[in-house]
Amino acid sequence: MITTTGLTKVYESRGRKVTALDGVDLHVREGEVFGVIGQSGAGKSSLIRCVNLLERPTSGTVTVAGQDLTALAGRGRRATKELREARSRVGMVFQHFNLLSSRTVEDNVELPLEILGISGAERSRKALELLDLVGLADKAKAYPAQLSGGQKQRVGIARALAGDPKVLLSDEATSALDPETTRSILQLLRDLNQQLGLTVLLITHEMDVVKTICDSAALMKKGKIIESGTVSGLLATPGSELARELFPVDGEASGPESTVIDVTFHGEAATQPVISQLSRTYNIDISILGAAMDTVAGKQIGRMRIELPGRYEDNVVPVGFLREQGLQIDIVDPDEAAAPAEPVALPAQGGAALLEEGAK
Amino acid sequence: MTWSEMQPLLSQGTLDTLYMVLWSTLVTVAGGLPLGVLLVLTDKGGLLQNTPVNKVVGVIVNIGRSLPFIILLIALIPFTTLVVGTFIGPTAMIVPLAVGAIPFFARLVETAIREVDHGLVEAVQSMGGSIATIVRKVLLPQALPSLVSAVTTTVIVLVGYSAMAGAVGGEGLGSKAVTYGFQRFETQFMLITVVILVGMVTAVQLVGDGAVRLLARRGRTAS
Repeated sequence: MITTTGLTKVYESRGRKVTALDGVDLHVREGEVFGVIGQSGAGKSSLIRCVNLLERPTSGTVTVAGQDLTALAGRGRRATKELREARSRVGMVFQHFNLLSSRTVEDNVELPLEILGISGAERSRKALELLDLVGLADKAKAYPAQLSGGQKQRVGIARALAGDPKVLLSDEATSALDPETTRSILQLLRDLNQQLGLTVLLITHEMDVVKTICDSAALMKKGKIIESGTVSGLLATPGSELARELFPVDGEASGPESTVIDVTFHGEAATQPVISQLSRTYNIDISILGAAMDTVAGKQIGRMRIELPGRYEDNVVPVGFLREQGLQIDIVDPDEAAAPAEPVALPAQGGAALLEEGAK
Repeated sequence: MTWSEMQPLLSQGTLDTLYMVLWSTLVTVAGGLPLGVLLVLTDKGGLLQNTPVNKVVGVIVNIGRSLPFIILLIALIPFTTLVVGTFIGPTAMIVPLAVGAIPFFARLVETAIREVDHGLVEAVQSMGGSIATIVRKVLLPQALPSLVSAVTTTVIVLVGYSAMAGAVGGEGLGSKAVTYGFQRFETQFMLITVVILVGMVTAVQLVGDGAVRLLARRGRTAS
């Protein structure tokens, strides 16, 4: 639905060049919620603004719903008519809502319809319908200043949906909201994604947002996409930085005579009581050092760090048991997860990634 | 001078002043508003970034603002004659008054519009709005309280300018005050004209502030 290829954005100020985007290739499939996560300054903001060309990319292309927007943009600074029409089919919500304080809630939602040249009665009907959809039908005549943050963002979402877009861009839409309101706004976005088949591209610096609603995610650092994929796919990738950030587990081994392993649950295995099975079958004591479990896109997934008594050599069989259950096992201490174990246990690529991580 | 002698002079002067101020305000707003918008749009980083245009308009506005009004009045005599056919009387005075106030008002408009949150502009751009839409639906409505306040300030400046215009063939309270109050040493007459001018300025300020409060209320406070 959204594809960017080799997207680069270089800002120039007083002769100094700052590269905000450095060859970003992004692919968002139709109907999914895609989250781009990164710290401030990573270039996420530039990325989302390049998708509807609020920022003109220095090079690279952006395709939304099969339409090459970079080609529509033309050469001048001013947006061409074609580009403006394409933009009207992409909704956008903002961190600070960006509602017009001089207009009522209903008039704010009508604004995009005015731009589309829709008649008064039709505008009003559509705006009220959208306000009903976001649960604010009773606030139509209020001014934005009379609303809470969460309500303002609901108006922002209703406004973004006015042009019946297929794609919604969310620029840190929940970053100015408290945790509870954040949850309700994310739930709304998820509902809209499912009810309307809306494709959502969101940028955020909060892992929770990705965990709560994203089907896919990308990690951005210094203008580059470091990792990207479906959330469960990332979780299944050994050494994935994003998976580690999403499900942080830590905890140290209690002594040299023990093995610390990270168990990643995704898919069917997550529903089985594997840890107690392991304990019963091999009669070993297992300590749980840390765990992060969650429901992502309706599936239980997460990671757990456990400690088994004895060196790694003594634990090859229990670890093998866990793998047989379809779990992904990462040995935490690189010294103990010595090379001999690797060919037996891990897929070659994963093992290499893990050792690389250890070397850092 | 008795009251019955002063009364017709004062009411004629007040009417002439009001006439000059009203019309010159209309012309000033009509000329200064687009100029102020143009200054914002053509500025660096603006929607219609155009440095040469911005610089030229900026210089013209600055020259207009730095000329003392009394000099401008005299310098504009040929131009006024060309436009109105004469340079004497209240109608002729509208020309220098507007020319003097347009740069002043344009700068106030520029400041008011600059204060509009850029996020709102971005939001309308994301909806596919054109620059004309952004100006009409975002910049002007959002800046409206500040713009009204700018008009208030401009009207008050024009009341002052119109009194000065009395020195160079204009009519109005200023001219009456100079002719009767100053040249004939009628202190009482002078005082009355001052009182009328103060009353006029106060009334304009009160009305303007009231309008700003009314406009700002919807944007700020929760009811």
